[in-house]
Amino acid sequence: MAEMERETPTLGGLFEGFLLLGLTGFGGVLPLARHMVVDKRRWLTGAEFNELLSLCQFLPGGNIINLSVAIGLHFRGIPGAAAAITGLIAAPAVIVLALGMVYARFSHDPHVVHMFAGLAAAAAGLLISMALKLATALRRRPLGIAIAVVICAAIAGFHLPLVPTMLVAAPISIFLMMRVGA
Amino acid sequence: MNQTLVALALIFAQLSVVAFGGGNTTLPEMHRQVVDVHHWMTGADFAALYALAQAAPGPNMMVAPLIGWQVAGLAGMLVTTFAIFGPSSVLTVVALRLWRRFRDKPWRAAVQAGLVPISVGLVAASATVIARTVDHDWIFVAITAASTLVLLRFRVHPLWMLAMGAAVGWTGFGQ
Repeated sequence: MAEMERETPTLGGLFEGFLLLGLTGFGGVLPLARHMVVDKRRWLTGAEFNELLSLCQFLPGGNIINLSVAIGLHFRGIPGAAAAITGLIAAPAVIVLALGMVYARFSHDPHVVHMFAGLAAAAAGLLISMALKLATALRRRPLGIAIAVVICAAIAGFHLPLVPTMLVAAPISIFLMMRVGA
Repeated sequence: MNQTLVALALIFAQLSVVAFGGGNTTLPEMHRQVVDVHHWMTGADFAALYALAQAAPGPNMMVAPLIGWQVAGLAGMLVTTFAIFGPSSVLTVVALRLWRRFRDKPWRAAVQAGLVPISVGLVAASATVIARTVDHDWIFVAITAASTLVLLRFRVHPLWMLAMGAAVGWTGFGQ
């Protein structure tokens, strides 16, 4: 494979790389992460990136969060993992805190209340479109769609707690999807 | 106060290890605990904070620190941040070390495929919970519908839809 030379990042490099990523990634950091890690900083090859990503998608937690931990660990062990995830969430945490303060300060102003209600309504649309896009992976898998509908009804309709529901539903879903050759 | 912090830590640590399919799958449980069980805030506050975290840059789990801050100030923010990101990160570290052993095993793909319907169901449940809270006037239903359709049909950045929703909301039109 005619890959370009790869560079091993330092702890500071990991922190800085993920800090910039956290600052620039609006509504989905993943495509930007690939650009930074593979194309710009050349820490990993495309194949290495895909392999780490598929592990991260398999695990619980945000994909990009897990990816920062995996990349940090890969190069610099536990300190690297800590540097990468801290970099990734530092800036968004400060920004979100500032926005939260604005919300708390002005949450009695009717304009601000209306604005946040409109913002939340648009965010609901974002979630619906996300669910529908994810559901395309279940095309021609009626069983998968049925499981998704049951889960949605159990959690949103009957307000069942998530952890016990997952403990029951995950093995059943894995078993059923295996039977139909998913 | 300390009890609140312990409760926050337990809730968000649990969410951290069951968030298969990313942070958006845990919203209904977060809502259930924060609004229904502990009454720390109203459903409208929860929806606003979620939307706020979406409008900010960075990973979409950032609603967790925001809720921590709203419930118990800076200490709450630190607790929820560690609780939501810590346990899943430890799992990642452990899994990365085992990964090369089970990456080529057929059961790995089967498990992954089996979790897809659950992720889809949970994101749909998240959408339901947020929409149910905010869509109490026709104008909000219209904003949600417009945002859904545009994001499905066109390759626009989600931030534009959030800005549209905020702007229409600000005018108070239809409310």
